[in-house]
Amino acid sequence: MTAGFSRPAAGHVPVLRLGDVLLVTLQGDLYDSMAEQLLQDLGEAIAGNRATGVVINVSGVEIVDSFLGRILAEIAAKARLLAAETVMAGMRPAVAITMVELGLTLPGLRTALTTEDALRLLGETDPVLRPGGTRPGSP
Amino acid sequence: MDTAAGVQACLPIRSDMDLVWVRQHVRQAAGRLGFGLVDQTKLVTAASELARNTLVHGGGGQMEAAHVVSGRVHGLRLTFRDEGPGIADLERALSDGYTSGDGLGMGLGGTRRLVHEFAIDSAPGVGTTVIVTSWASRPPHPREVN
Repeated sequence: MTAGFSRPAAGHVPVLRLGDVLLVTLQGDLYDSMAEQLLQDLGEAIAGNRATGVVINVSGVEIVDSFLGRILAEIAAKARLLAAETVMAGMRPAVAITMVELGLTLPGLRTALTTEDALRLLGETDPVLRPGGTRPGSP
Repeated sequence: MDTAAGVQACLPIRSDMDLVWVRQHVRQAAGRLGFGLVDQTKLVTAASELARNTLVHGGGGQMEAAHVVSGRVHGLRLTFRDEGPGIADLERALSDGYTSGDGLGMGLGGTRRLVHEFAIDSAPGVGTTVIVTSWASRPPHPREVN
């Protein structure tokens, strides 16, 4: 019965470091436990690498349900508390349409169409100009 | 044309690994029945939500997939069944924004929007059954010949 099914990715999701940015590529169908493990790994990787940005590439993700949506929102919230900005890149249009209909709009998460755009977006983000920070030279 | 093969199934829902099998089966079955990418994505997402409810709130159960036909239109009917504690206030559980507290508040109301037909039967102490059906706007693909 399982013949022809693509095996779910085994093990854990790798976190790559690109300068000050951590890059995560979600691929295929994730076990819940893998997504939860990623949430934990990323927190440690941000603190350990003094990363200022996280890019999550979801172009290989075929669905985002409320569980994965919650994990993505928690990653962004956790990264923010550790002084890093999160950008989600490459969402498929069918996934976006479905998430909106489900009511899952993830308002706290920044997005980009490609990983390249996400990196550019993070490059433009001056830490001092972040919401909650103070602008130098402004009254 | 034998499209029922590879569509009809009864899958257990006992672990997060089973959720992956449920999603993969629904994706393949919907593709076989001619669902477009968006409808397929919606149905797989709905199945994922309902299977997780079966697992988390119902203490495990099963999903049955069936090929349904109405005139010339083909559809996929998914039945999620558990023998868990059941839902005391169905109307409240279906209202938008209601959540039991461990998701993002999409709950059953959000899932209902992703499918064409939605029916739920639940009684405290007996369990919960949710039946969803979606219809393909295109005819099924001809049977693959390899």
